[in-house]
Amino acid sequence: MNARSLPRFSGAAILALAAFIAALPSNLLSQTPQTPALTVLSKDGRRPLPLVIVSDQEFVALEDLAAAFQLAVHEEAFAALTVSYKGKTIVLTPDQTLASVSGRLISLPAPPTRSGRRWVVPVEFLSRALAPIYDSRLDLRKPSRLLIVGDLRVPRIAVRYDPLGTAGRLTIDATPRAATSVAQDAQRLVVKVDADALDLSSALPTPSDQSLIQSVRVVDTTTLAVELGPRFGAFRAASQPVDTTLRTIIDITAAQTTEQPAPPAAPPVTPAPELPSAFLPPTSPLRTIAIDPGHGGEDEGAKGGGGAKEKDLTLSVSRRVKATIEGRLGIRVILTRDDDRNVPIDDRTAIANNNKAELFISFHANGSMRPSTSGATIFSAVFDGAARAAAIAGGGERVPTFGGGLRDIELVRWDLAQTRHVDQSNAFAALIEQQFNGRIPLAKRPSDVAPLRVLESANMPAVLIEMGYLTNPAQEKLLVSDVFQNAVVQSVYDAVIRFRDALAAGGTR
Amino acid sequence: MIRSRTTAYIALGLAAVVLGWTLYALPRRQSAPVMRAGTPPPATPTAASPGRKIKARLFYVNDEGVRLTGVERDVAYAESASDQAREIVAAQIAPVAQPLLSAVPHGTQLRALFITDKGEAFVDLSRDVVTAHPGGSANELLTVYTLVNALTANLPAITAVQVLVDGKEVDTLAGHVDLRRPLVKNLSWVE
Repeated sequence: MNARSLPRFSGAAILALAAFIAALPSNLLSQTPQTPALTVLSKDGRRPLPLVIVSDQEFVALEDLAAAFQLAVHEEAFAALTVSYKGKTIVLTPDQTLASVSGRLISLPAPPTRSGRRWVVPVEFLSRALAPIYDSRLDLRKPSRLLIVGDLRVPRIAVRYDPLGTAGRLTIDATPRAATSVAQDAQRLVVKVDADALDLSSALPTPSDQSLIQSVRVVDTTTLAVELGPRFGAFRAASQPVDTTLRTIIDITAAQTTEQPAPPAAPPVTPAPELPSAFLPPTSPLRTIAIDPGHGGEDEGAKGGGGAKEKDLTLSVSRRVKATIEGRLGIRVILTRDDDRNVPIDDRTAIANNNKAELFISFHANGSMRPSTSGATIFSAVFDGAARAAAIAGGGERVPTFGGGLRDIELVRWDLAQTRHVDQSNAFAALIEQQFNGRIPLAKRPSDVAPLRVLESANMPAVLIEMGYLTNPAQEKLLVSDVFQNAVVQSVYDAVIRFRDALAAGGTR
Repeated sequence: MIRSRTTAYIALGLAAVVLGWTLYALPRRQSAPVMRAGTPPPATPTAASPGRKIKARLFYVNDEGVRLTGVERDVAYAESASDQAREIVAAQIAPVAQPLLSAVPHGTQLRALFITDKGEAFVDLSRDVVTAHPGGSANELLTVYTLVNALTANLPAITAVQVLVDGKEVDTLAGHVDLRRPLVKNLSWVE
């Protein structure tokens, strides 16, 4: 190697190294191994609180809490841990889930434990033990790994996009209610939420057809941006309260293509997809269907020996049903969850009721203590004993009308709304059984009735489909297969068409 | 004369005290235990007559796993309906040997049980009935109707049963069966 070649080689090496570094994922450079953390939001800003994962549970180190919240932590001689804050004391005992908070007993999901040399406690310590004695309000949002300190307004934001033929609808739910403004700024809609920060625990939608909108993204702590697609024409936004949520609906319509001069080299018009014979007539009695993927998040539901989880299976089938019914029938399909999170049972039916769905289908997979149990069952609700008495006692009321006179209104308890629809629910269950027959292995009694919580508040015909038994090894393999799931989807689709046609003909009552 | 009148007054006084105690204390002894969160120990039947037994029909998972099968078992006799109900539930949730299979998760404890004037029994179970539950609506229906039917089928005084967990009302055990109201006997879950 001569003296001239050395610097040339070094230059090339530096360039190669620079290119290699530039090619590295930015998160590798910006932060050393990603550690999970809770984001603490307060008036002073946001800061991370490291999480320690022990047996799939999230813990926080007591010494980190001590530094963040001005706590004094002592390890007592008799194997107790005391955490003090302004004269108030929390007493923790290793291997015990019970703790004393200023003399009151509370329970934690797991006992304090050691991680290396440090004591760690489940994150619920913050809401159950520290919150009662802390000066400021502590609001733990576990699914979004947020801890809100003080009276900050941090609404949970859920964004959903539903294509509606040539138009589209963006639904933004802010819970608790927070005013939202929508304005167009060039090729995007800017959605500003009147809050201190946003809790975006659920994923933002990315439409499969991006001609109207391309994506929804976060601009800053309180602003979202909807990137518009080439076919965007106009939008109309309106907000309305739904329980504790403020729902903003942005209807997006496509540009009028007739007003445009004929483009010189227009691409050939894509022929409209062939409509099935059961194309939705304009006066269809079925405009919205709510699909409920059972369980979710921490609630995994039944589990198979091979590792299949009910919550995953129900979501997979529900998404397929939504795509098929919306794509082929043009009926709006609302999912009660579109990701892996736990939705309270009441919220599931509230979503269906508030969206005025005309049909509710909850998907589940079953579990039995006998591994040989197999087959699908379609449940509808039944009301007996106290429930029947309460429904009958609901009765009606005579109220004055605006123009004078009286009008009878029917009072139905919200939690017994299904009582008015049981006949139609049973009819729909029978239709599904008919369609499953020969395609899906059925249980000995394929249609059954039971006091199922998720059906009782549904104010529309409602069924719960147990697709099969995850506790049966052969059924588990079947349930996770594409062939089986598509067969379920096709059967439900066919049952929906028959139900719609029967409604249109005035039947099923 | 005075002496006999004094004796009469004392007797009358004693009778009044006994009557007062009977009216005050007895109903409290027989009425339901007050439910509080954190009510500690599992309910232990106290008024069972040692040695005396009744025949009760208890329920277990059938061979197909989707219905219950009734099995006649000896259960300790108790004087009152609530004590007898405790004995029946205790026998129902006790571990059983094969081929019997209980739909109530192993480790579930009976914390308390009381019966209202309307014949509704409130069965307070330990949280194990939720945490150890294997999930699935079939399992959950069998768990619930094991308890409902064990009480309603054996004790005519009980018309409906509501399951509580750790002293509190619950929506469901595993996400399916509505437990917010008492459930009546339903033998369609029995083969």
